[in-house]
Amino acid sequence: MSITRRDLVTNASKLLVLTPAAAAFLACLKGETAEMEPKYKMADHYWAMTIDIGKCIGCGNCVRACATENSVPDGYFRTWVERYVVPAWPDEHPDVDSPDGGKHGFPPKEKAGAKSFFVPKLCNHCAHSPCVQVCPVGATFESPDGLVLVDKTYCLGCRYCVQACPYGCRYIDPDKQVVDKCTLCYHRISKGLTTACCETCPTSARTLADLKNPNDPIHEFLRTNSVQVLKPHMATGAKLYYKGLDESVR
Amino acid sequence: MKDAAHLIRLAAVFAAGFIAFLLIRQALVPAGFGKYGHFRAGALDDIRARKVSFAGREQCAICHDDRVKELHAGKHAGVGCEACHEAQAKHAQLDDPSTGKPVLPDTKVLCARCHEKNNAKPRGFPQVATAEHSGGEPCKSCHNPHSPKL
Ligand code: HEC
Ligand code: HEC
Ligand code: HEC
Ligand code: HEC
Repeated sequence: MSITRRDLVTNASKLLVLTPAAAAFLACLKGETAEMEPKYKMADHYWAMTIDIGKCIGCGNCVRACATENSVPDGYFRTWVERYVVPAWPDEHPDVDSPDGGKHGFPPKEKAGAKSFFVPKLCNHCAHSPCVQVCPVGATFESPDGLVLVDKTYCLGCRYCVQACPYGCRYIDPDKQVVDKCTLCYHRISKGLTTACCETCPTSARTLADLKNPNDPIHEFLRTNSVQVLKPHMATGAKLYYKGLDESVR
Repeated sequence: MKDAAHLIRLAAVFAAGFIAFLLIRQALVPAGFGKYGHFRAGALDDIRARKVSFAGREQCAICHDDRVKELHAGKHAGVGCEACHEAQAKHAQLDDPSTGKPVLPDTKVLCARCHEKNNAKPRGFPQVATAEHSGGEPCKSCHNPHSPKL
């Protein structure tokens, strides 16, 4: 049996047309499984957080709550609290400590003439995040509702993003060997709850904020206070808005 | 016409290659990729699927209305229940609150976390040197945790 040229051309072109059609059909079948949280509409939210340095008492509630809520392994932190002791002029370097992330509070530390305060830290959920830019496999990404998240099934554990984050907010999960970080308690905020750290903060030093909600107090907060983000010169589009942030904080 | 034969063969090879590319791409690109951006849309659901551990203060109010009223009348009004009582989502299920009955906090440890004197705390925050202030007694022997002002 021999194949005529006509057969070849017709069969090849049939195949050419049908394969993408089959592919599209398969994609359609596969796509059906990815279903969304019914009540939560991503397009209606854009998450951020406000932090009031003047209210933080360094109790460590946020650090412990975060570890419980997200099963963060011991010695790793998605949020932590730093204590700054800034000596009087003309000393240059602030003394920063964070014993066990501030999980169990801070032992007293006296230094004559110094000012001293707590700075809670966590992922800044940057709008132009360096960690997203360096990921070679697209495992870390910015979601439409303003979060920087990790697809753990695609992460290679290459650590590029750990290095790229200017705020030191990422770590490698010691069990799974893939990167992990603050999700801004996505599983909570998508159900209408606040984050674990905000829930347990006794003084509302930190408050979850939704920039797309016109009634959110964040608009008043941003309008009436002097507000700063960390490392603004890096143009990361950080969305943790600090009130009363000292110049010495890095 | 004879000269065109090898062109057609070449075209067939290209076509086969293209089809192979489409099939491999189909197999490798995960479902939902590109729906919201350069990532797998299902990853969002994976992250959202996690169970909550802290029920939130509104949830406690459903059953502990009296405690909420007591708390809100005092100086601890802004403090959430679970800031002192740890994560209670297991206990706060509406159908069966008896599972995971909360362990009551030890006030010696609990109160000092927030109120131990420390000069990094904001000036206006009420602080005591707990050892001197209480003389080793648990704080609750004088203060009501839910309404602490004496
Ligand atoms: C569905 C109703 C319900 C909800 C919601 C609920 N509780 Fe309770 N809670 C109970 C009941 C009933 C008891 C008494 C249990 C017992 O004595 O066996 C109780 C007891 C307690 C106790 C005292 C335990 C003891 O040893 O005396 C604490 C503390 C407590 N709840 C805290 C909370 C907190 C914090 C929340 C919110 C996260 C909460 N509860 C939500 C029903 C509820
Ligand atoms: C400042 C910390 C703090 C906060 C905030 C707090 N509790 Fe308590 N709660 C305690 C302590 C401490 C005890 C244990 C008292 C004891 O040992 O007798 C307690 C005891 C209880 C009990 C046991 C019954 C009793 O009164 O002894 C219940 C129920 C309870 N709390 C519910 C709540 C609920 C509901 C909220 C939120 C509205 C809340 N608590 C907020 C510290 C707190
Ligand atoms: C999670 C942090 C937290 C814990 C734990 C906590 N408190 Fe408080 N406490 C606060 C906050 C916040 C205030 C309000 C401060 C303010 O009004 O500026 C406060 C206020 C007070 C006041 C009123 C001070 C005043 O006169 O203005 C007293 C007294 C007090 N707490 C005692 C206690 C005792 C006793 C305990 C242990 C049962 C306790 N606190 C546990 C956070 C806490
Ligand atoms: C022997 C009773 C007693 C015990 C025990 C006790 N307190 Fe007090 N506490 C008082 C009295 C009385 C006051 C109010 C008078 C004052 O302001 O000094 C007070 C006031 C306070 C204040 C408010 C101080 C301010 O500056 O407004 C705080 C905070 C406080 N106590 C925390 C605690 C903590 C934390 C413990 C447990 C380590 C504790 N207390 C144990 C009797 C006690």
